[in-house]
Amino acid sequence: MSEVKTQEFRRASAKVLANAKLQSYLGRSMGTFDGARAEAIEEISPERWEELRQQGREIKRHTLDNLDYYLEMLQERVTANGGHVHFAKDAAEARAIVGQIAQTRGLKLAIKSKSMVSEEMGLNPFLESIGTEPVETDLGEYIIQLAEETPFHIIAPAMHKSKEEVSELFGEKIGRPNLQDIEAMAGAAREVLREKLVSADMGITGANFLVAETGTVTLITNEGNGRFCTSVPRVLVSITGMEKVVPSMEDLATFIRLLPRAATGQRISSYVTHVYGPKRPEDEDGPEEYHLIIVDNGRSKLLADPDLREALYCIRCGACLNTCPVYRKVGGHSYGWVYPGPIGAVVSPVLVGLERSKDLPNASSLCGACKDVCPIKINIPHMLLKLRSQISEGSPTSSTKASFVDRITSKGYRRLMSSPRLLGMARTLGLLAQWPFSRGSFIRRMPIPPFSRWTRTRDMPALAPKSFRQVWKERLEEEGR
Amino acid sequence: MADSSQIRASLFVTCLVDQLFPEVGEAVVGVLRGQGVRVDFPPGQTCCGQPLFNSGFRKDAAELGRRVLDEFEQSAYVVVPSGSCASMMKVFYPEIFRDDPVYGPKAKALSEKVYEFSQFLVKVMGVEDVGASHEGKVAYHPSCHLLRELEAKEEPVTLLEGVEGLEHVPLEDADTCCGFGGTFSVKYPGISQAMLDDKVDNVVKSGASTVTACDASCLMQIRGGLRRRGVGVEARHLAEILWDGK
Repeated sequence: MSEVKTQEFRRASAKVLANAKLQSYLGRSMGTFDGARAEAIEEISPERWEELRQQGREIKRHTLDNLDYYLEMLQERVTANGGHVHFAKDAAEARAIVGQIAQTRGLKLAIKSKSMVSEEMGLNPFLESIGTEPVETDLGEYIIQLAEETPFHIIAPAMHKSKEEVSELFGEKIGRPNLQDIEAMAGAAREVLREKLVSADMGITGANFLVAETGTVTLITNEGNGRFCTSVPRVLVSITGMEKVVPSMEDLATFIRLLPRAATGQRISSYVTHVYGPKRPEDEDGPEEYHLIIVDNGRSKLLADPDLREALYCIRCGACLNTCPVYRKVGGHSYGWVYPGPIGAVVSPVLVGLERSKDLPNASSLCGACKDVCPIKINIPHMLLKLRSQISEGSPTSSTKASFVDRITSKGYRRLMSSPRLLGMARTLGLLAQWPFSRGSFIRRMPIPPFSRWTRTRDMPALAPKSFRQVWKERLEEEGR
Repeated sequence: MADSSQIRASLFVTCLVDQLFPEVGEAVVGVLRGQGVRVDFPPGQTCCGQPLFNSGFRKDAAELGRRVLDEFEQSAYVVVPSGSCASMMKVFYPEIFRDDPVYGPKAKALSEKVYEFSQFLVKVMGVEDVGASHEGKVAYHPSCHLLRELEAKEEPVTLLEGVEGLEHVPLEDADTCCGFGGTFSVKYPGISQAMLDDKVDNVVKSGASTVTACDASCLMQIRGGLRRRGVGVEARHLAEILWDGK
């Protein structure tokens, strides 16, 4: 599995918050994505958008409720088309399958189209270790590969890199120094990649959708290199999560309408590629051999939890990242694993373990903007709440427990709020305790946590001299008679 | 629309207003009474349990929830000057007590009669103008739970625009969270602060002399930020503005 750093959320996010350049850039570019989405919805009308979302949701619900049936159908059709289907229960199994394919056939150069599941598996380092060179052909992914980083965003993996940083990187890693404008950089990448594309013997893709009735793997991309990967190398391998299956081509049409609009505000992406399997006798090109690897890697846990199952409805558009006020501040790397942002805060803890991902569901103001923009209307805030309860109270599948302090605080608060009398007594104490710190009705600095964490940057209101219930008793109740 | 002469409503004032902002509670009572509502205040009320629920302590939250359900069982309507606490009662209580044979039905019954303050005025009372007057420019911050759990977009604006002398000025990125988020504000103060900074910037840009919302909690955050930066914009609850000039 790719390296898990979810437990480093606090440190990583503090670093991003302190980076003024990245902060201003993040706000701007996320706003652009988000604005494009909003415009695209306006264009087809909010009513039509709502219809499509509902359709998409229904299809996902139905498919996941009958996942075994549709996966079997898919397997049958892909096999009938001449391909091979493999099921991998985890990242290690998936890597072993890829390794076996590459090694038995002596494949030395693998060109890759964008795939988040391959990030999950840590596929690139593995391929290198067995002597097969992996080359990312999506421009953003290529930059990330050169920089030896992980994707910052689901659909824009290198969005955090400035023009200057990319220029420097190209100078250092591919011997093309001093490129000034973006076009020249794209041109340089194209030259390097073209050579790889034509000489590769292995193609690796992800999948946006798997169509069960036809045995089709569908790729939605804005760059032609993705299609290149499916048609040139002699062996093609598609790797994807088991939740990507949809029943029919008609169902696929709904998602082709939803995904590009939600992701980038496009009516349709530049390329929609359907892979039907290996080349047939009448075809001029295409792979001689085709493999589809369907990966579980923790997804069964989501499927088995009725409160979290919806997370598998996700079509990886990134809209929740673009709109999330927390993602806009902390960026993608803070989340510490493959999937960042609101959906990552739900998926990562389940896939890599709740124990080391406690910050992810908690670092959210629960504003719900993600739910509003999700093309499948996934109720992310409610799932974050559910995960928080699994963290604090434990769950059948995890033994996590809240910290001692959190448990004591929670019990104490419950006790206090269970008795208006006790609350009144605590209030008297509070009035005494705040006296040295308050100036009028405000407190500028309160050195006692958790209040100190508030007053570091914000003024805090002091307890009112009289509580509302006192005012009610003394005056308001009588006035209403 | 209900016949206002017969309307009785119980006030769930929220723990924050009770302890920190009693003036908001007074304004709520004043505005409601001004509309002929008979207001009562069940004395056993404390907190709806949301801070516990949002921290993942569902069992502890349920214990406070049961208190609320018992205390307000006889009420005809329950009015809450907070979109957040109202969503806890309207949306999350039924979920918490889903499988509880005793409190499940009580949660469902409460869910149907609990209203956030502005929603109660507009939807139940059918009021658009409460007869208030306030001179000045006011920006409105739609608090997240009010907007997205209770889907109240228009009600507060309708009421604001009915206030004499008040100029409602647009707030850029109004729908973006202020960064409060309950315990989030002290568990992740750095992120909370960064979000607040954007909100404060936009409030300043709006040119408003007052920013308002339907949640004392978000206002506490926004006011805390405005004051710390030395910005002379007031942050006041909608109820207080609707009680101005009285």
